[in-house]
Amino acid sequence: MSKPLQSKVAALTSQTAPTARMVEREPYYEAAGDEIAVFEAAYASQIPVLLKGPTGCGKTRFVEYMAWRLKRPLITVSCHDDLTAADLIGRYLITNNETVWVDGPLAHAVRCGGICYLDEIVEARKDTTVVIHPLADDRRILPMEKHGELLHAPKEFLLAMSYNPGYQSVLKELKQSTRQRFIGIEFNYPPAALEKKIIIAETNIAPDSADQLIRLAEMTRNLKGNGLDEGASTRLLIHAGKLIAKGIPARTACTGAVAEALTDDPDMLRAINELANSLF
Amino acid sequence: MPLGAARLEEQLDEALDPVLSSRRTARTLALALAPLARELQDFVLHWVGVIARTSGELAYQFAAIAPDVMRKVEPVAAEAWIIHAMDTFDREGLYRGSAVLKDIDSFVAASRHQAHAVAFEDARNVLELFICGLAGRRLKLEIAGEAYTDTETIHLPARIFEHASGAGNFLAYKALATHLWAQTRYGTFNVDVVDKLASYTDPARALALYHYLETTRIDAIIARDLPGLARELATLRQHVEPPAECGRLRDTAASAADSLALVDQLYATFNPPHLSYMGTLHPEIVATVRAARMRREKKELQFELAKMLPERPAADATPDDGEARPRYSVINADAVDGVELTLDGTPVTLPEHVNDLLQSISQDLGEIPDEYLTPAADGDYRDNHAAEDPADAIEQGPHDEDGAVLYNEWDYKRRHYRKNWCVLREVDVQPGNPDFIDTTLARYAVQVGQLRRTFEMLRGEDKWLKKQQGGDDIDLDAVITAFADMRSGMELPERLFQQRHKAERDIAVMFMVDMSGSTKGWINDAERESLVMLCEALEVLGDRYAIYGFSGITRKRCEIFRIKRFTDRYNDTVRRRIAGILPQDYTRMGVAIRHLTALLNAVDARTKLLITLSDGKPDDYSDNYRGEYGIEDTRQALIEAHRGGIHPFCITIDREAREYLPRMYGAVNYTVIEDVARLPLKVADVYRRLTT
Repeated sequence: MSKPLQSKVAALTSQTAPTARMVEREPYYEAAGDEIAVFEAAYASQIPVLLKGPTGCGKTRFVEYMAWRLKRPLITVSCHDDLTAADLIGRYLITNNETVWVDGPLAHAVRCGGICYLDEIVEARKDTTVVIHPLADDRRILPMEKHGELLHAPKEFLLAMSYNPGYQSVLKELKQSTRQRFIGIEFNYPPAALEKKIIIAETNIAPDSADQLIRLAEMTRNLKGNGLDEGASTRLLIHAGKLIAKGIPARTACTGAVAEALTDDPDMLRAINELANSLF
Repeated sequence: MPLGAARLEEQLDEALDPVLSSRRTARTLALALAPLARELQDFVLHWVGVIARTSGELAYQFAAIAPDVMRKVEPVAAEAWIIHAMDTFDREGLYRGSAVLKDIDSFVAASRHQAHAVAFEDARNVLELFICGLAGRRLKLEIAGEAYTDTETIHLPARIFEHASGAGNFLAYKALATHLWAQTRYGTFNVDVVDKLASYTDPARALALYHYLETTRIDAIIARDLPGLARELATLRQHVEPPAECGRLRDTAASAADSLALVDQLYATFNPPHLSYMGTLHPEIVATVRAARMRREKKELQFELAKMLPERPAADATPDDGEARPRYSVINADAVDGVELTLDGTPVTLPEHVNDLLQSISQDLGEIPDEYLTPAADGDYRDNHAAEDPADAIEQGPHDEDGAVLYNEWDYKRRHYRKNWCVLREVDVQPGNPDFIDTTLARYAVQVGQLRRTFEMLRGEDKWLKKQQGGDDIDLDAVITAFADMRSGMELPERLFQQRHKAERDIAVMFMVDMSGSTKGWINDAERESLVMLCEALEVLGDRYAIYGFSGITRKRCEIFRIKRFTDRYNDTVRRRIAGILPQDYTRMGVAIRHLTALLNAVDARTKLLITLSDGKPDDYSDNYRGEYGIEDTRQALIEAHRGGIHPFCITIDREAREYLPRMYGAVNYTVIEDVARLPLKVADVYRRLTT
């Protein structure tokens, strides 16, 4: 083995196993409907959960909140198209001339009875997605061929994943065989009053400014389908609110946090800035 | 060396002779001109001669004012001013012409600002999006001689140059557009303006007053709802304070009725000023447009509400159930979150287009009247075309079915297919004029360049293939696994390399182009241009693609036009066929989809797409295809395609498409392009988004 390769191997083997994270402090979350009850019921019935909704409407926050509420460790995997089955299940590594099996995040979550959250599942390749199938039906097992082990998920384990059905790409659809194993919970932008409460709680800005931000969000949501793929999400409003709370002028904050985040199209950028300027 | 007064007088006498008299001589003119430099004197004399050929009087006035002007203004600017005055004289006569001459100051001021003028075309896109973002009924923007709205279109002037900067002129556009939007949004026309104001001795004056009062009311609303914009508008308000009586218009509850009441109060005493951002009020035009819209929307709403009724069991469908008919009622007319409806007490979720409809109606009427909420009775909304001549010549006539393919068609009423119902033939498009392609490519040269670059980037997405027998680099993961395997006593695997590999986009796409008669004109042009741009982009990308047109008349004569088969190269023949795409007859979509699905199924690709370019609903001549039958058949054909692993998608320019496309294609599998002119730029963009 060549020198550089050896050092690469050494660097890799020093990697530690993914650690599950306990959510210590209660994350701020406002329920928009009965999603908490549905999630709890699904958890109790050991059925995996699929969170659907546009970006920035609170899916990830909801999972954190539920992990806190159910007092289970949370393991989040952000999916991408290079994610392999081994990345999820685990692989052999070498330390001190010994081979050591290291669990992947999914196997780790199963072992410790945590909540495994696969974020943006459609970004993962379809062949990768398939490894969760035996885990996501009533068998609740995770076969680890390499390791010669069959993990049985304890009743505390829960699989959750998220995706955005608004994508129009035909290459990013969820297979029926995958989606039909899950209970779906739909998320959307919260109604104005609730969104206002959330923005104020997250950013501490004046209620008036929060109202204006919500008006701006409505305006951009009016533009959805007319040049914008998505309107401004609650997350963007919170970003703008945080900038405003730090003393950035509101118009500048909206340009940076909302307009530039939504689009690159010069006309659209200008239109959104004009809309923000008309409010602030 | 300047000319002396005597010499000047001589020349002026000669040029201005017809308009001079014993009391009006050239002497005073000459004395005033004498102190000027020689070049300026020559300039003035030259133009006096030129103007005198058009009008002696105008020339005299020019000569009188010229010495003064020439001291202030460069000859170039003076020349523009003279030409402008002569143009005005030609168009509007001496009075206006000499007014322009005398108003040199404002002309000079305006010409200084010309450099900062903003043209409608430059402001249009931004303003259209801006107005769309402000909510309310969708409004179009059009160019017109004066700024006004008919409550469906906002008309704006071609150029604005009154302000000293581009930003100022854009603001003037924005102010006009916002106020015209606000007139429709906040009910300026919801009172009977025409009738009420006709009773005054001077209706025009009453209208001007009403307009001013409404502007004051809208200014107050803008100050409340859009404070940032209000601050900008304040700079345009020219410090005119409305009279004290207008105070009540600033009230949150103030409405157009209050303005109307105030007209009565102030008619005799108050002279309304005209603010630069008011535009013009055309209550008669509005009345026509509004009445037509209200009729249309009432029918549409009743029809939609009827569609949303739960299906009653057949036995229950007796005609005498007037009392038992389900009733809709409004529970929340708050405009912000949309109107909420209940059906017999249970809230109903409304599709987006019904919501828009309710919004638009309540914008016109301030509420949803009860009679609007009566669902159309069964049959009321049935298509009136359905009953037309069933015995159609083509239907009856003898038909050669050789060389044709027969397709089933879905009859939603029978819930069964009609076997071999449609007769379809493939034909070639007559090659058209290749100049069309060149013109298109020239016109969109910049965009084509951009498109090519974007698509090149898509293609360029390299992938590392892992666990290869040979390759550019060592696959570290594989080596570690192998090492571990070896340690644990297993055999050493051989595949330890990774190799860079161009991502294989295994995509085959079929474009199905609407060639129905309704595409005639610029829609057809836009379609053809779109195809040219698309081909340019797809050639870079290397995806396999085919293009077919469809049209036909009745089920016996459905036609598919070959433009580019999967096997054809994008060559001159194909280009000429694209140029040759011409509007034909009708849009029987189901059979076209079935045929193209069959063609697409024969292609081996991991991802298959069927993209329809269309301008409206499925439709055919005389045999009930229009309306629900066509929509259901198309939907069925798409379901069949989907079953075969094909992803259907629709790009349409039909603004009403949101009413039926979700039913046919699904909620996210279509896109509506509002502006035909943007179609060529958008189609390739949509394709890129679909396949990444």
